[in-house]
Amino acid sequence: MADLTMTRPRRRHFGINVWAAGAFAAAALALVPIVTIALTAMADTGGLWGHIVQFVLPQATWNTLVLLAGSGLIATIVGTGAAWLVTAYDFRGRWFLEWGLLLPLAVPTYIMAYAYLDILNPLGPVQGVLRWVLGYSSPRQFRLPDIRAMWGAILVFGFVLYPYVYLTARAMFLTQAANVIEVARTLGVPRSAIFWRVALPLARPAVAVGVSLALMEVLNDVGASQFLGVRTLTATVYTTWIVRTDLAGAAQIAISMLAIVLAMLVLERWARRKQRFASAAQNARQMQRQRLRGLTALFAFLFGALPIAIGFAGPALYLIVAAIRRIEFAGFSNALLRATINTVSVSAMATVVIVLIGFALAYAARLHRSAWTEGAMRIASLGYAVPGTVLALGILVPVAAFDRTLGNLWHAWTGLPGTLLLLGSGAALIYAYSTRFLAISVGGIDAGLSRIPPAYDYAARTLGRSASGTLFAVHLPLSRSALTAAGLLVFVDCMKELPATLLLRPLNFESLATLLYGEAARGTYEDAALAALIIVAIGILPVVLLARTSSQPAA
Amino acid sequence: MNTLFKLVGVTSMLALGAAVPALAQEVNIYTTREPGLIQPILDAFTAETGVKVNTVFLESGLIERVQAEGESSPADLLMTVDFGALIDLVNAGVTQPVDSEALESAIPASLRDADGNWFALSGRARVVYVAKDLDLDSITYEQLADEQFRGKLCIRSGQHPYNTALFAAYMAKHGEEATKTWLEGLKANQARAAAGGDRDGARDIAAGICDIAVANSYYYGLMASGAGGDEQKAWAEEVKVILPTFEGGGTLVNVSGAAVAAHAPNRDEAVQLLEYLASDEAQKLYAEANFEYPVSTTAEVQPIIAAFGTLNPDSQSLTEILPFRARASELVDEVNFDTFGN
Repeated sequence: MADLTMTRPRRRHFGINVWAAGAFAAAALALVPIVTIALTAMADTGGLWGHIVQFVLPQATWNTLVLLAGSGLIATIVGTGAAWLVTAYDFRGRWFLEWGLLLPLAVPTYIMAYAYLDILNPLGPVQGVLRWVLGYSSPRQFRLPDIRAMWGAILVFGFVLYPYVYLTARAMFLTQAANVIEVARTLGVPRSAIFWRVALPLARPAVAVGVSLALMEVLNDVGASQFLGVRTLTATVYTTWIVRTDLAGAAQIAISMLAIVLAMLVLERWARRKQRFASAAQNARQMQRQRLRGLTALFAFLFGALPIAIGFAGPALYLIVAAIRRIEFAGFSNALLRATINTVSVSAMATVVIVLIGFALAYAARLHRSAWTEGAMRIASLGYAVPGTVLALGILVPVAAFDRTLGNLWHAWTGLPGTLLLLGSGAALIYAYSTRFLAISVGGIDAGLSRIPPAYDYAARTLGRSASGTLFAVHLPLSRSALTAAGLLVFVDCMKELPATLLLRPLNFESLATLLYGEAARGTYEDAALAALIIVAIGILPVVLLARTSSQPAA
Repeated sequence: MNTLFKLVGVTSMLALGAAVPALAQEVNIYTTREPGLIQPILDAFTAETGVKVNTVFLESGLIERVQAEGESSPADLLMTVDFGALIDLVNAGVTQPVDSEALESAIPASLRDADGNWFALSGRARVVYVAKDLDLDSITYEQLADEQFRGKLCIRSGQHPYNTALFAAYMAKHGEEATKTWLEGLKANQARAAAGGDRDGARDIAAGICDIAVANSYYYGLMASGAGGDEQKAWAEEVKVILPTFEGGGTLVNVSGAAVAAHAPNRDEAVQLLEYLASDEAQKLYAEANFEYPVSTTAEVQPIIAAFGTLNPDSQSLTEILPFRARASELVDEVNFDTFGN
């Protein structure tokens, strides 16, 4: 970070303290649920821990590691490969791939898992066609291996989560690669070797960020691994809590997982401690794309279209077919409309809050880069590494305590019965989403701000702008695309969020995800298809916008 | 930041203002059971009494939420599936006793708490779906582990409450060692990963993946009646249902039920709703809409379900089984039930 660190201004400006104070407050709020979980973990587990260590953790840890390694590998290869394809080459259909490759972001992992379970089932279309081609009449004579296995889960997660890598790798290729690549070419590196020798090493930090986001999603999942029969650590947290009614034990596993994630993140930062590249935003030029023609162009297109087909087109088509069947069968319900409105409005409110806090954190760190402000950013990002179910519990307890205190005060003051302010109004959901998704907004905005050279700040300040003047004249305009991208990613994630919404929503309130989950719990998956389709459809819009904003290099 | 929090505060105040209902009669349900299943019954209750029913479906964490909300909790009636979950409610101290003659006369004593802390409202048998062409007309739970079914059994996660209840009942009868051996047999018999839901058992039989599947009784009714769509109806057509028994015993029948919340703000309405749910009218709806066994002895079983044969519930009471649940769940881990293959 050495080249970016701002020297501390001699006269400490009041503005700095306000930002720093805001950052610390946000970090403290984000830390509350984690502290709650840690406190819960200290309770007595009645000797169960020995059993968990002996019989549960070894297998679950192994499963989790294999799943992370496998899906991380797929996400990295597909995400980086696709990003390079659309930035380094030009061919017919490239513009479509450029935004189409982001589409799987709109599909929640649990929907993806369920869709493929059905598509690849022996009674499903794929095997049906296969049997017809091969001349078999019954699945008893011929069928493919069952997808409910580790390899199935790896494929599902890899192909639905690669866009996180694609997004960050592509941004890096777009904004940073051109100059370096041109220099490399001048120095005689052949075109074919550019990717391996220049672009890939250059993109490593960006790929690492993307992969870590993707892997956190894997760690957070309960639904998809339940469908696919893979017993992960997260699934173990869940059964320990629910089946064994041992909240303390569940909290202990969750805290251990968090420690592992933190260790991984620290290791990853340490590994690339010397790899910081900052090039001035205004210098970033797109590299010259190599034009492909004929068969090569066709192959390039097909290679890029494959992840879209697997990660988006397959499940989307499945949902459309199931939804049409459903509409014929029972029509479109009012409940669905209400859930759509709820989902969009709560997600939008949460997005505004999350982007504002994310900006405050990243900006405080920029104005006053110190262990404290850096620490605030890291702490505020912790929630992303805690499984949603556990985080929801960590929020429930302090929020309910706050509500009760407030309710009692209200009662003492007015004599009217106290109500639950945050839990009763849905505000608890916004708090939960904020804790859960701050990492995305802080990370994205921090990266965006770090692309603005500190020299700009000096120039603005020398020319007489105040700290806030610099903010409005320089930083906000130049980080607009980072802010937009963060907002869109956060919005899509809020819309898909399930476990915290399920636990913390008020009476008579359904989001699309909870409606979907409820119907899946009844086993009426076709009813669920319509809700799932709406989640995916609404998710597409921000994803397309995201593709547009991120295709403009830098600011 | 201050303005931000004010903004959030004001927004939520406004949202709250909109959310506070008029002071009409109402009753609030927290349920771990998807409310869509019982919505027709709740609608009938509202139509009859004018009491509005508000629900929130909490798949897990119902106890934690009610505890956290404490005396301010709006919850009146707590509904769960699985007897273990009902008794967990009582043990967590979030229920209150109800003394009602209507409930006591409608629900047999074995299906409610002696102190009135919980009441079962419907029953579901843990049955076996069998491939239609398989020459098998009766089976015991013990036989599910037999070698003749090697690689031919479909079952959901061993940690699911429907299964842990079955395993706990087995343990109450046969002891720990025998249960472990039996679970190892079940695992060896798995045709695919122990995952998904009970309906997947019927689908996978239709798909040729397995010959027999362990599942709850009402899922067959939901599929066979066409309530779950044409696709599911086709699955049901490929299977027949056997009511299994324990050797020298009967069939395991689990329950769904309800309890009045300790701090219920609308206690009278909660009891009124509970009494309605136990009435013949609602019990008939439970049977017809959900294909469950009514708990009321005077209500009739739905014909699709009645066609399984006469249900002979096992004589072990649910409270006798409960102490074995935790250990049964540990045995599931010890035999690595939920990891397919190794």
